Amino acid sequence: MDIAWTLFTPWHSLAGGALIGLAASLLLLGNGQIAGISGILGNLLKPEGRAPWRLAFLAGLVLAPLLLWPVMLQITPSPVETPELDGPTLIRLLAGGFLVGLGTRFANGCTSGHGVCGLARFSPRSLVAVLSFMGAGFMTVALWRLVHGGVSL
Amino acid sequence: MKRTLNALLAGLLFGAGLIVSGMVNPAKVIGFLDVTGQWDPSLALVMASAISLSWLGVRLAARRSDPACPTDAPARPIDKPLVLGSIVFGIGWGVSGFCPGPAVVATGDLYWPALAVLLGMLPGLAVAGMFQTAQRD
Repeated sequence: MDIAWTLFTPWHSLAGGALIGLAASLLLLGNGQIAGISGILGNLLKPEGRAPWRLAFLAGLVLAPLLLWPVMLQITPSPVETPELDGPTLIRLLAGGFLVGLGTRFANGCTSGHGVCGLARFSPRSLVAVLSFMGAGFMTVALWRLVHGGVSL
Repeated sequence: MKRTLNALLAGLLFGAGLIVSGMVNPAKVIGFLDVTGQWDPSLALVMASAISLSWLGVRLAARRSDPACPTDAPARPIDKPLVLGSIVFGIGWGVSGFCPGPAVVATGDLYWPALAVLLGMLPGLAVAGMFQTAQRD
């Protein structure tokens, strides 16, 4: 394994992570809810799951980039490149997204619900989930590199 | 109303955290998953930092012993849907470079790859959701 020190952005990671943890704490203390994005999205798809707090949290997520728009280049660790909109890329992203939706709903959580909130509660279920999705992610990218000779983005 | 505003603020902070940490950038996420290439450890540090602060919140909630806080919910077993679902999620994560949070935030930034991932994700959530209700009934 080669560590890409030039890509590693520790200060941005620490600061951004702190904001995420603060947000999860705020939602837990103020609303008594777990900040799990897949659960929030999944519940919003059902009429009985459309609680105001879920809509408000989702609105906050969507509005964050608009609010930060003027300072975006100053606060992000690296510029985001936009891939060409072509057939293979579109299919890869749609299919990847479908697997993300399907998997997180069956597992009852994703990087936020299991990863951040679950591990903070020392939940054994969340630890198993994190090890499973990270392991699968590592293997998928390694396999992609083996087959295509590079990463997808 | 106060609770709704609190959730809005939490969403804004969460989104800001994903932007500041660079986790809305799929190339950076794939850089973390790329253990056989040039490995970028940033995501691990984001998680560590987020878990630490979140742990403080859990501690505070436990001290207040607020019945609304699900910190001491009865533990469910480690079962097949948990493990297989997480593996399927991990494959999708590796293929797209997006997990649900960044997909929503970057859609707000009108980043087309995030919108594509979200368009794929919603039917995935719906299909699995239907399955879960069917199992329970």
